[in-house]
Amino acid sequence: MSDQKFPEHLAIEKKFPGSVFDWHAQHGDRTLIIDAARSFDILKFLHDDHGYNVLVDLTGVDYLPRKPRFEIVYHLMNLSTKARLRVKIQSDELHPEVASVTPLFPIANWLEREVWDMMGVKFSGHPDLKRLLLYEGFEGHPLRKDYPLQHRQPRIGPKDQ
Amino acid sequence: MRKFNQPSTNGGHQFDPGAALHGQIMTTQFDKLLGWARKYSLFQYPFVTACCGMEFMSTACSHYDIDRFGAAFPRFSPRQSDVLWVVGTVSQKIAPLLKNVYDQMAAPKWVVAFGACASCGGPYDDYSTVQGIDLIIPVDIYIAGCPPRPEAVLDGLLKLQELIQNTRQVTP
Repeated sequence: MSDQKFPEHLAIEKKFPGSVFDWHAQHGDRTLIIDAARSFDILKFLHDDHGYNVLVDLTGVDYLPRKPRFEIVYHLMNLSTKARLRVKIQSDELHPEVASVTPLFPIANWLEREVWDMMGVKFSGHPDLKRLLLYEGFEGHPLRKDYPLQHRQPRIGPKDQ
Repeated sequence: MRKFNQPSTNGGHQFDPGAALHGQIMTTQFDKLLGWARKYSLFQYPFVTACCGMEFMSTACSHYDIDRFGAAFPRFSPRQSDVLWVVGTVSQKIAPLLKNVYDQMAAPKWVVAFGACASCGGPYDDYSTVQGIDLIIPVDIYIAGCPPRPEAVLDGLLKLQELIQNTRQVTP
């Protein structure tokens, strides 16, 4: 385990004081937990000034008893230096809303729709936030830990009949 | 079954169909003939949605050769097919499409549920999976396995052919 702060961490702390809540770099997995309210600016900073031009993945995690409940994870990559960075933000149950990064990474459009579909985390500023995998008329968000496992929704019929 | 094997009695003065066709024709019931014809000319519609498709392809290709049983011809229009093979997991989202495909097939038609997922939902006891396609459409043969071995598929096919032969045929 490394306890050396890495350059991106120091740069963010300098530009956005107090925005890094926690961090680690275990086995080279450099991870930052940052302030949700300033997440768009920090990700834009990483994208524009540090060359993290690929959003490898964007996922959500539900840690149900914990507060804040949701965690949104961004896996970033710099194609020039091959550096990888993981950025997490924590989201509250009452206001599960975070800023969309679709203006920075076009791939985030569908990834954020998937997180909305499965977790019910809203992304403000998303151009078209609707379900990606499930159908219209499905109620609830099935990957939330409090969604009943064997709950069955009414089956949908053919569209044209 | 009765053969025309009676010897000629008219001295050979006229054409005698009994003698001419000796040993070459036999009688049966029309229903059984129709069943025999139907069971060896199955046109299939493979509705392949998941990993069971690999076993279906393995069964259909030369190694196991489903053609030996008169069921080789996959049609990619449900209107031209007799057997609907539902191969794999059917999600709630695709269920209306499966119903549409079944409704488009012309009678007589049969449905095979291929593998655990199509038969009963398999391991997916959750929000997204239909717990067996018999909740949507009638099923004639269920093939067990996750996925079923090609031998099991051929066994299911033979059972389907037995079922086709032994049911009263829908006459046109």
